[in-house]
Amino acid sequence: MQISAKAIVYGDDINTDLIIAGKYTKTLNTNDLVEHCMEDLDPDFHQKCADGAIIVAGKYFGCGSSREQAPIALKNSGVKCVVAKSFSRIFYRSAINIGLPLIECNTELIEDGDLLECELGGNILKDINRNLTLHIHPLPELMRNILECGGMVEVMKRYGGFEEFIREVKKRNG
Amino acid sequence: MAGKTIAEKILSQHSGQDVHAGDVALCDVDAVMMHDANGPISVRVFRSMGGEKVFDPKKVTVIFDHCCPPSNEKLANIHAFMREFVREQGVNFYEGGRGVCHQIMVESGRVKAGDLVIGTDSHTCTYGALGALSTGLGATDVATVLKGGKLWFRVPETIRVNLNGELPPYCSAKDIILNVIGTLGADGGNYLSIEFYGEYLEKVSRAQHLTITNMVVEMGAKCGFTCHSGLGIAADADASYLKTVEIDLSTMEPAVAKPHTVDNVCPVTEVEGIEIQQAVLGSCTNGRLEDFETAARILGGKHVAEGVRLLILPASETILKQMAENGILSTLIAAGGIICTPGCGVCVGTLGGVPADGEVVISSTNRNFKGRMGNNKAMIYLASPETVAASALKGKISDPKKLPEFGGAGD
Repeated sequence: MQISAKAIVYGDDINTDLIIAGKYTKTLNTNDLVEHCMEDLDPDFHQKCADGAIIVAGKYFGCGSSREQAPIALKNSGVKCVVAKSFSRIFYRSAINIGLPLIECNTELIEDGDLLECELGGNILKDINRNLTLHIHPLPELMRNILECGGMVEVMKRYGGFEEFIREVKKRNG
Repeated sequence: MAGKTIAEKILSQHSGQDVHAGDVALCDVDAVMMHDANGPISVRVFRSMGGEKVFDPKKVTVIFDHCCPPSNEKLANIHAFMREFVREQGVNFYEGGRGVCHQIMVESGRVKAGDLVIGTDSHTCTYGALGALSTGLGATDVATVLKGGKLWFRVPETIRVNLNGELPPYCSAKDIILNVIGTLGADGGNYLSIEFYGEYLEKVSRAQHLTITNMVVEMGAKCGFTCHSGLGIAADADASYLKTVEIDLSTMEPAVAKPHTVDNVCPVTEVEGIEIQQAVLGSCTNGRLEDFETAARILGGKHVAEGVRLLILPASETILKQMAENGILSTLIAAGGIICTPGCGVCVGTLGGVPADGEVVISSTNRNFKGRMGNNKAMIYLASPETVAASALKGKISDPKKLPEFGGAGD
């Protein structure tokens, strides 16, 4: 699957309270989260995201709370992928689990509004405006398989259980 | 092969394999904790995975602590949704007002050394003070465990932190963990386990240990352990560590984390004199009996400065009862304290205690992110109960070292 969208560039240490504040997370309708996504960080976020976007950040994106509402809010707002130098542990797992692709690479040369392209599961990210080819730190194999399946709900529905899924992945890889 | 760290031991035992740092282990989980903030989404995901019955109702605990008692019908309905899940599944349940989930898990004896525990809250890492590998996860990972009782874990590398020397009387565990986070940085422990060592841990109570393990996630750690003779589990002597960090307790100064990140740590002297409008004492970080005893010692017979709201947030109903029994509660009320429901609302900005635009808060909680307490135009400083109580008394950020209670001259 090809991902292609314009970059929205943010800094280091973007925490989950900034992505979606605690006062808005108490809902069972995950579409409610969209309205308040990134509101304390960037009032123009939704405008920038209107046609889909790729968030580009520095180190330690998604730190703080374990709220899965953070990656859900980003995905439902139209974010196709998050590219960062590094991610916080819980956000990393949760994003892959809900099928929001993450890319770890050096993001220093990417600028706001650049058109980015990559192949899901590939090993390079292209910045079309700057004619850059950036090397991606690959996802661990298990996580790549979860993402390719469309997330953990799909894994559990398709294989009936997590152990069955792991057996299948091992079999596939010989 | 080198010996094992505590994380390597627990994950080996729970996967039935001999695993070391960097390996991926499929593990059996001993206990699952869900609260009213992220638990409801876990239940919804569990259902969309085709989940009907949880893997083992005795191992699942639902605790209401984030929105209690609910302030509107939406929150009330989310509680009703969770109560229905509790009834249908027969899992353990604690109604709102019983306390913060982590304190309840610790008090109720649901966690023991060597266990593998997961929860819907990032501060689930707290139970490392009991020798359990406990960690916070997102709703989907929790739902996966609800369905099958198993989850994959990457076996973390471990940082060893040596706490050397004797801590001055005006400092406490909060100053230690803030200094460690300031030293390692907000992502200094990302994906890692932290083992703390030192004579200090033999001398102090479990409450101090819990303050330390509660905050290891603030440097990104998966889990943390306060290693001492009573922990119930120990690393092998030849275990291998990513690195060792030496922390000198004897020269430690009361620490403050400035807005808006937890690793923005400085000695209190650097921010002394900044006027405050709100002081928060309590939470799962510093809401235990001895934290309030410390505060009562500083505030007893006195009153908080004019213009300061002092919020008291006991970590559990049990602690609130103990405070009432030993007179601390009336001491703190007489000093101007406002008693809040044992729970999380004030800390996370979901219920009560929201500061106004431009206001300054000093708090013994664990996070000071922009907007954390419900207003992105407020400034939150994190500190120990000693520093929070001293500051409430003076109406400005104050150094507890200067109080007569700690041998200071006052001012």
